[in-house]
Amino acid sequence: MVNIRKLSVSVEGKRILTDVNLHVGRGETVVLFGPNGSGKTSFLKTIMGIPQYRVESGEIIYKGEMITKSSIDERARLGIGIVFQHPPAVRGVRLRDMLRLCMEKKGTFKEERINEAAEKLNCTDFLDRDVNLGFSGGEIKRSELLQLLVQNPEFVMLDEPDSGVDLVNINLVGRVINELLEKDKREDKRTKVGLIITHAGYILDYVNADRAYVMLNGTVRCSGNPMDVLEDIRAKGYEECVRCRM
Amino acid sequence: MPNVTVKDKAKNAEKKPAVFGPDLDLASYSIKAKEHEEIQRLTGLTDEVKEQAATVGIDAEETCRAGSFFQMDHSVILSSAYQSGLEVMSTTEALKEYEWLNDYWWKAVQVDADKYTAQAELQQHHGYFLRALPGSRAEFPLQACLYMTGEGLAQNVHNVIVAEEGSELHIITGCTTSQHVRSGLHIGVSEFYIKKNAKVTFTMIHNWAEDVAVRPRTGTIVDDNGVFMSNYICMRPVKTLQMYPVTYCVGENATVRYNTILFAPEGSNMDVGSKVFLKARGGRAEVIARAITKGGAIVTRGSLIGEVPGIKAHLECRGLILSERGSILAIPELDGRVSGVDMSHEAAVGKIAEEEIQYLMARGLTSDEATAAIVRGFLDVEIKGLPEHLKEEIKKAVDLGEKEERLL
Repeated sequence: MVNIRKLSVSVEGKRILTDVNLHVGRGETVVLFGPNGSGKTSFLKTIMGIPQYRVESGEIIYKGEMITKSSIDERARLGIGIVFQHPPAVRGVRLRDMLRLCMEKKGTFKEERINEAAEKLNCTDFLDRDVNLGFSGGEIKRSELLQLLVQNPEFVMLDEPDSGVDLVNINLVGRVINELLEKDKREDKRTKVGLIITHAGYILDYVNADRAYVMLNGTVRCSGNPMDVLEDIRAKGYEECVRCRM
Repeated sequence: MPNVTVKDKAKNAEKKPAVFGPDLDLASYSIKAKEHEEIQRLTGLTDEVKEQAATVGIDAEETCRAGSFFQMDHSVILSSAYQSGLEVMSTTEALKEYEWLNDYWWKAVQVDADKYTAQAELQQHHGYFLRALPGSRAEFPLQACLYMTGEGLAQNVHNVIVAEEGSELHIITGCTTSQHVRSGLHIGVSEFYIKKNAKVTFTMIHNWAEDVAVRPRTGTIVDDNGVFMSNYICMRPVKTLQMYPVTYCVGENATVRYNTILFAPEGSNMDVGSKVFLKARGGRAEVIARAITKGGAIVTRGSLIGEVPGIKAHLECRGLILSERGSILAIPELDGRVSGVDMSHEAAVGKIAEEEIQYLMARGLTSDEATAAIVRGFLDVEIKGLPEHLKEEIKKAVDLGEKEERLL
């Protein structure tokens, strides 16, 4: 369903991703490990189509369609959704209004859906605040997940969903991610695709992933069973982990 | 020493340029206006006038209005109050009826402030007198329209608003020209007197033409526990608009809030500020401005003067530059004259952050839709304490400006 082939990307002339290959099939969830600065977030933003991330070569194929040159909103409308790690605050735009606008655009607007989703994330009080303005790290995570619940994308990208979330809320975050990825359904019935970035791996205690990739210095160096890879990283660190698996 | 009369002072200031804004040649405007006949109700206005007046919040049906005042050029064509406890008439008439009005005449604005105040005195063309009697509370707003139909005409009005003790008054003032008018000069002196425990909300909407010059001169005096909320919206072209209304919070716990929303298209020059003197304990002031330029030049000023301890005041100015040309100069001033004042300001001028647009696009909006949502949010000043239908009028004026000026 998602195929990334030999993707090389630069920002302001500086190469940040090189020959990245990654595949996620229908109903699958993969996790992408990597140390800080390895290029994980850049990779997600490139898939989302953020123009500063210039694709030098390679391609992004989603549901059989080449989307490498599609705009951000075209990709969103095709069913790609993202939870940003550090989204901007949008002063003056209330979260409720933003959600309504996006739903109206898709012709799916129902006030109840917004309220239900907000209740699920225990964040109904966010709805009448400006988007992300003055939100704490944990609040941002819930706000982002709320937006994704309402958007209901088929391809769910999550950038460090466990960072800045306290122990009380990590369970909630995990539950909602499982809902987004249809983890309650039988594997062969799932249609959603997940790509989760995690540095520490805590989210894997709550969300099952099918496969793990490790990114180092802008390229994917290996893949394997998520828990095995995580164990190796925890035990040996990234460099050693990759060396031993190559 | 001989007594210096108001007229003398005005004569002495006849050529005095204003501190801010381009200096205008008053002689280039005509002071001869066509006479207009009185009407009984605003429904008697022509459709063209009704339509134009509606763009500045004037409801010809008067369904949710406590009274109306309508001045066309130099003729007052209607003044009526529909609720007991409220008075609506021209200031010319009011000066005849109430001798005490002289005690309020040029007391909140100086007659010799500049050539425009001088002209308003020397060649006054009426203006409105609005008064809420002690304890009266207007459920609906009074509406006042200052309308110009003559090409190149000068309209010099002097308004006085008195909210007596314990009263509450909501006013919507709309100033505009006929659609065929291109140029003209509007000078509007407004003096507000807000007595103990009284509250006034004043919402002024302007819709001028490309070559009209506008010089409002406003002063407000707020007594103990009085509240003054002033909302100003100008979303349409104007050649030059310069105003710097001043409020004097002289009573304890006097509160004032200014909200200003400006949009300057190409060719428009706006210099708009708000100044508040906090002269008694417990005084509160908030000055909020939102300015957008799409080619026009905006100066947005704000000045807070804290003269006694125990006052609190905040100034906020945000500006958006939506085109290559156009400028916004924000000048916030805080003048604390004693210790124990709590004053702050924040100002930001720039373009819309690309990151915010991209963020909304990632949720499925196009670039234009994302920009529109951000601009609309930018202009959506949360105005607490304003009746719903006045909020609606402000929203309508902002929406109309967005549409007509292709802001979005």
